[in-house]
Amino acid sequence: MIETKNLQRSFKNGDVETQVLRGIDFTALDGEFIAIMGRSGAGKSTFLYQMSLLDEPTGGEITIDGHNTHTMDERERMKFRLNMFGYVFQDYALLPELTAVENVALPLLMQNHPKKSAYAQAATALERAGLGSRLHNLPSQLSGGEQQRVSISRAIAHKPKILFADEPTANLDNESSRGIMGIFQDLHKHGQTIIMVTHEEEYAKLAGKIMQMDDGKIISEVKNRG
Amino acid sequence: MPLNIRIGFFLAFRALRRASLWTTGLIIFVMVLTFLNLVVISGILVGLLQGAVDSMRTEYTSDIIVSTLWDKSYIENSPNIIELVSAVPGVDMLTSRYREASTLEANHRTRKDSDKPNLAPAQIIGINPTQEDAVTGIASKIIEGSFLAEGDYDKIVLGNYLLSQYIPIKTPGLATLDNVSVGSKIRIHVGSVVREVTVKGILKSKVDEIALRAFMLGSQFRSMIGRNDGNVDEIVIKVKKGVDPVSVRNELILRGVDKVATVQTFEEAQPQAFKDIINTFKMLGTIFSSIGLVVASVTIFIVIFVNALTRRKYIGILKGIGIHGRAIEYSYVFQSIFYAVSGSVVGLALVYGFLMPRFAAHPIDFPFSDGILVAPVEETLFRAGLLIVATIIAGYIPARMIIRKNTLDSILGRN
Repeated sequence: MIETKNLQRSFKNGDVETQVLRGIDFTALDGEFIAIMGRSGAGKSTFLYQMSLLDEPTGGEITIDGHNTHTMDERERMKFRLNMFGYVFQDYALLPELTAVENVALPLLMQNHPKKSAYAQAATALERAGLGSRLHNLPSQLSGGEQQRVSISRAIAHKPKILFADEPTANLDNESSRGIMGIFQDLHKHGQTIIMVTHEEEYAKLAGKIMQMDDGKIISEVKNRG
Repeated sequence: MPLNIRIGFFLAFRALRRASLWTTGLIIFVMVLTFLNLVVISGILVGLLQGAVDSMRTEYTSDIIVSTLWDKSYIENSPNIIELVSAVPGVDMLTSRYREASTLEANHRTRKDSDKPNLAPAQIIGINPTQEDAVTGIASKIIEGSFLAEGDYDKIVLGNYLLSQYIPIKTPGLATLDNVSVGSKIRIHVGSVVREVTVKGILKSKVDEIALRAFMLGSQFRSMIGRNDGNVDEIVIKVKKGVDPVSVRNELILRGVDKVATVQTFEEAQPQAFKDIINTFKMLGTIFSSIGLVVASVTIFIVIFVNALTRRKYIGILKGIGIHGRAIEYSYVFQSIFYAVSGSVVGLALVYGFLMPRFAAHPIDFPFSDGILVAPVEETLFRAGLLIVATIIAGYIPARMIIRKNTLDSILGRN
């Protein structure tokens, strides 16, 4: 479970302070698929970065499975990110000099899995994403949709507690986007907790819950049927 | 192997394997130049003098020189000393020399009484031409005419610095002979003895002890200086291959040769000023090398810094997905090591496989020596080690600078 209380984030530029998150109270239960929506500048990505421990809030608290992240140092946060989270970024964020299977295996190797088992696990994740024939391709040899599927494989290969996705379909065509959302739905069916930022209503509707943000606050929370 | 090192190696290996060949080649090329700057510049500086040292050894002192004590006129009991030296294990061959100060006079036949005589002071060396050439190879230095042979009485061979035509700029205080060439008749004044001799050959050497001397048959010269007892001024010894001259010198001293003569290895026989210059050049070489090391460090710092800066986003992603900063630092350190080791290996191959043999075969024609490249293996490896250490530090610092930046700022490219 992930919970935020009065979560705040502001940015200072000289004397000007911009409040991006204005005290967010939020809870995501295990196995939930939550879509965060909102207009540009509403603070949805900033909110995702705070929850996923990529950034540090200026106020409030984040509790993940009973751990208060406020007291963690960078080393602990990094360990948390490695073992508990998976990330899918808008621009795939693959390492260009690593092949698909190497990109996916990297977090597993960092978790001290033996090389053979890390590569086997990575290959399985890629095969599940329909990339069984593209294991040894570099990102530059893959289409945008394929790259995003590699990114998802990397995010889930180590079986994270929570999968964070920041606009995962923003750079993709409709067909690829539908493919990616299909993977997300499948993961959700298998109990994966997913928190996804998107501005596309069509895909948000596939989540179990839609949260609308505006001006750094959650303004509505809607549960989807089905 | 610790996990972070393993991951660092994993990242570095793939980054290098899939990097542009041109970029990698260019960085290694810069490292090769840096390595050469470290080794070759100082190597040539030292080699410039080493060439002179080698020439002095080859042409004049050979491996060991036994010479007259400072307070004596010659080596007493020379025939016995020569016999003793010949019997010392490790001695390959030797030659003995008579040496006496003299004055050479040219153009005496054509000079009018009112003209100033054309005189040049010179040491005349009386030699056995066959033995001398066997030990010092002096005959190969002849540039005009020919070298002395047995029976060449009243013949003389002159060093090039004794002749005006071989001195491009008149040096104050250095008297030389004008219009003298092979076949010219000159007069030699040794003490009260005056004799007319014919110039048989002219030697060219960058060793003053050869270039400023004149050579005659020892069998004739000894009678001119009243040394019919066979007492000589110098005994020059060539040791067998692989024998340390110091051990032979010590054996000679042990056998009491130092009681009647000065016994020196070729190194000890070098003039003090020469040794001082060698040390000065070594110091200069070290200074240049240190500058080279700083340049190498700055170069690799810039290379790694630019590399890490352009990959800042990926460094952020790595940190974001939980890769330890230390592992990322190691990956840059491994890349630096690769560049430094590759540059050093190519540099070593160039130095020992090409430059040293090339300079040995075709020395640089410096005015006072035939410059070679001096690069002792131990010293060169030490410098390569220094380069690698400097490179590791220079690679680590910029990587650390970039890795310490905020993870999200790196991912989003924010400053």
